[in-house]
Amino acid sequence: MKPNTHFAFFDEGSKKEIRRAIMKAVAIPGYQVPFASREMPIARGWGTGGLQITLSIIGKSDVLKVIDQGADESVNAVSIKKLVYETTGVELTEQTDKASIIQSRHRIPEVALTEDQIIVLQVPMPEPLRPVEASELKTKSMHAEDDYSGVWLMLFEQIMKYGKTATGADHPVYVNDRYVMAPSPIPRFDNPKMHESEALILLGAGREKKIYAVPPYTNVESLAFEDYPFAVETFEGKDCHLCGSTDVFLDELIDPQTGETIYQCNDTSFCIDQLNKKEEVEVQTSYA
Amino acid sequence: MHEEPILQVRNLQKQFGTGCVECRQMETRKLVKNFCKSCGTVYACQNISFDLYPGEILGIVGESGSGKSTMMQCLYFDSEVSSGEAYINTPELVSNNVFEMSAQQKRSIRNHVYGMVYQNPVQGLKMNFSSVGNIAEKLIAAGNRNVGQMEETSKKLLENVHIPLHRMKEEPRNFSGGMQQRVQIAKALSNNPPILFLDEVTTGLDLSVQANVLDLIKVIQRDLGISMIVVSHDLAVIRMLADRTVVLLNGKIIEEGLTDQVLEDPQHEYTQQLVYSLL
Repeated sequence: MKPNTHFAFFDEGSKKEIRRAIMKAVAIPGYQVPFASREMPIARGWGTGGLQITLSIIGKSDVLKVIDQGADESVNAVSIKKLVYETTGVELTEQTDKASIIQSRHRIPEVALTEDQIIVLQVPMPEPLRPVEASELKTKSMHAEDDYSGVWLMLFEQIMKYGKTATGADHPVYVNDRYVMAPSPIPRFDNPKMHESEALILLGAGREKKIYAVPPYTNVESLAFEDYPFAVETFEGKDCHLCGSTDVFLDELIDPQTGETIYQCNDTSFCIDQLNKKEEVEVQTSYA
Repeated sequence: MHEEPILQVRNLQKQFGTGCVECRQMETRKLVKNFCKSCGTVYACQNISFDLYPGEILGIVGESGSGKSTMMQCLYFDSEVSSGEAYINTPELVSNNVFEMSAQQKRSIRNHVYGMVYQNPVQGLKMNFSSVGNIAEKLIAAGNRNVGQMEETSKKLLENVHIPLHRMKEEPRNFSGGMQQRVQIAKALSNNPPILFLDEVTTGLDLSVQANVLDLIKVIQRDLGISMIVVSHDLAVIRMLADRTVVLLNGKIIEEGLTDQVLEDPQHEYTQQLVYSLL
């Protein structure tokens, strides 16, 4: 027997509470708003924060895209998509520009987002100060007092140890010149996409019970020392072995046949899009 | 010539507990040491006032539980005072009671005006960060954002306190107690603070290392002209370092004066006992 669930799984009271937290988060860019994270039919730490945001803002006319590390078809993305679809019946898409809500884990799509879109990021660790300070009470007052020396110290340590900042992902950012924020584990490559983003960026941490946001056209600056400027991952001289794109975030793979290192677009829907466009051109030229 | 004190402390009070009818009045309270028997309130610092002059070392002696460390924690804003005033004589802070300032202002004073060396290096250092990082932490907190500069400064400081530079990227947890203490001193000195607090810095160190650390403190005083408050229960340390000495007992100042005077000709019964029990 299939129980008759409410639209978008939650009761309206829950959605209202979460939306209220989102409103506050948008009003104070980068500030972590506590919220009553609900028990979800997926485990905490598997995207419940993002899912709760998506479910409380989604309407019948929305078009949803869910990605996991750039891929539309990985298990996590598919399960979340199914859950939202079964409780709302909204249209699903894999094309970034067709979606009105994009829930994502660890990536911001390659296609530039627009004012009509909202990107929801899943966050495992919303507190950028946590590695240096275990107490929530203390990190709260550090945020209040604009005391971010701990985050800087972490970067300084990395430079001392490795000669450069070694944040593989989740490189801390200053939002609106006030709050230091964990941008969720997106690669450094995606940090600049947050700066003056046209789309609203919502970040949800279900296990840590925090929601925060970057409103459209907000200053987002990656932390960097004067003599060690911020740098994104570089893929110079490399291109996607499928679609040939450069200037995108590439995954490094080993070709199982030849054993060679090959590179491939991390954003799968972008890659397919490029391939389709190429095919179109090929078809047009050969049958013109 | 009349010299202005760099730090003035007036009527510093610190109590743990709310107090009751019997102990609220300072003049009439009857305490067992510093403890009120009827309500359990501890009066850790009672009406402490003193001046610290530029370039001098002020010694604070007293037995365990006499309020030395509590007083230091209050001065360094690690714990809040119950009442009292402190004035720092720098252009930005002059004639403002620093105890009443906001948390940000207090942090700024800690980062720019104060240096602190705790008895236990665990309190003053981040044991899982490199020694350079520990020193840089204070520079970062004071607003420095240049890695090269901070590394240079840290290197110089570590050299000053005789930490071999090939170990500067190691975490202090790998160091001996004496080395940890010296890293702490280097950290405290990183922003050229005019005022330095030293809380039992040599306690628990063996004699040769003690001598090293004391030497270092003397050199710092002479070369940099930093004012220091040195807390110790070790009279030998006080005799060697301090120009003036304050004797604390049960949270009150019972005697103060030039160190030689206090140690050679103690007036108060307790100070006499303290000096004559010196082995």
